[in-house]
Amino acid sequence: MSEQKSGPAAGTAPGPEAVFRAHLAEGKFMLQRSASAGVHVFYPRVAVPSTGETDLEWVEASGLGTVYATTVTRQRPNPDGSSADYNIAIIALDEGPRMMSRVEGIAPDKVTIGMRVKARVATVDGAPNVVFDPA
Amino acid sequence: MAHSLRGKAAIVGIGTAGTGEAPGRSAIELLAEASIAAVADAGLTVAEVDGIFTATSVHAFPTLSVGEYLGIKPKYFDGTNVGGSSFEAHLLHASLALDAGLCDVALICYGSNQRTAGGKLVSMSEPQVWEAPFKPRHPITAYALAASRHMHEFGTTREMLAEVAVAARAWANLNPNAFARGPLSREDVLKSRMVSDPLSVLDCCLVTDGGAACIMTRADRARHLKHKPAYFLGGAGAQWHRTISSMPDLAITAASESGPRAFAHAGLSPSDVHLAMLYDAFTINTILFLEDLGFCPKGEGGRFVMDGAIAPGGRLAVNTNGGGLSCVHPGMYGMFLIVEAVQQLRGRAGERQLERCDVALVHGNGGTLSSQVTALLGNEAAL
Repeated sequence: MSEQKSGPAAGTAPGPEAVFRAHLAEGKFMLQRSASAGVHVFYPRVAVPSTGETDLEWVEASGLGTVYATTVTRQRPNPDGSSADYNIAIIALDEGPRMMSRVEGIAPDKVTIGMRVKARVATVDGAPNVVFDPA
Repeated sequence: MAHSLRGKAAIVGIGTAGTGEAPGRSAIELLAEASIAAVADAGLTVAEVDGIFTATSVHAFPTLSVGEYLGIKPKYFDGTNVGGSSFEAHLLHASLALDAGLCDVALICYGSNQRTAGGKLVSMSEPQVWEAPFKPRHPITAYALAASRHMHEFGTTREMLAEVAVAARAWANLNPNAFARGPLSREDVLKSRMVSDPLSVLDCCLVTDGGAACIMTRADRARHLKHKPAYFLGGAGAQWHRTISSMPDLAITAASESGPRAFAHAGLSPSDVHLAMLYDAFTINTILFLEDLGFCPKGEGGRFVMDGAIAPGGRLAVNTNGGGLSCVHPGMYGMFLIVEAVQQLRGRAGERQLERCDVALVHGNGGTLSSQVTALLGNEAAL
């Protein structure tokens, strides 16, 4: 019987998603980067999309990005009359990849495409995640 | 050169059931009623159906459920589910299976009781882990993000989006089976409740019930059946992403790949098309697909639709049934695009019948602009 070849991600080590979340739990926003191709990857994967390079290493994100697309989810106001509307944006990270997040610290309808933003690790829906503030 | 599949198979029967509101009926009942209607329309029997092509929002194994319910033991089955465009993909897959002799009578079918079952857009889709914490209300969040990008890059306005809804309603007003009828102005759309900027409630498709189905056979048999066949001239699908945050460019859909491949397959170009059935889940869709399928230059879709250009009497007939915006949209709408195209190709579309309709394009969209499938259908004159 021939020996089966295992990929570098095989074994008992946690996968890229778990590693990313463990970094977030320590307050760190980390990205993967291919050592040979130099490209950054988000969301975390076992290989670079399209090319399949598996030499991915973790590097700290600059945290800087630009609003690529934005919307306001409209809702009924809160019981106290305050607005319950919230922002959802797609952020183009300076490193290249895009991610869904939201821009805080500014009214949701004042978030505009092209706005420079800076990442912050915050609790989102009960777990650490990356949100953005105007830079 | 056109693909060898061109004209080899045809749609010979169509059926719908419970479009609009169908209280007290389940999704599989609506699907089955539409299927029985399509079989009867073709002048065939259920016992002759030996190919099942289906996708729904409520069945994990849709071909199994449909086969069991209708009592069909198919020789060939395909439950490809890429969202609302699945049925355009099924046209291609059924044509392949028929041409290969793997089945002789193909049933493509869909049913949903989404409106009476809760009135909300329900989805069996799993949550997307990299988006869900930010509470997107897909699908509308995704389409709103795409619209925001289109407006930013090309100067598309809310008035242009509204014009799409107004044109759809004008067509619906000519269709007695459309669910939303009555006057609708651009101002009505602009003043309607904002849901996810820049899309207001009247930029969104209906939530209805409904079943729809069609029957395909090889062309040689199609010529001897009850109705003028609607030949499959070509088709192609493209998929570039699953989640909207992974879409390569929010202003360019994979229709820009599926469209040219489908046209090449059919040996046709956009100027040959008499009817464009474009999956209008939201007003931005129609604009994106007019551009990406080559009916106007990229970025010009908003300006293209102005002044009634896609309404009755306009320069291009688009969504003559009233579309997902004003006719019917029970979760997945793709099968209804096909039914309307066949009605028009047969010359049986009543008050909204086009003067000339020999070539119809049906373009399905699935997920959050994720899957795009284009098919070209034509009557005898298009062969």
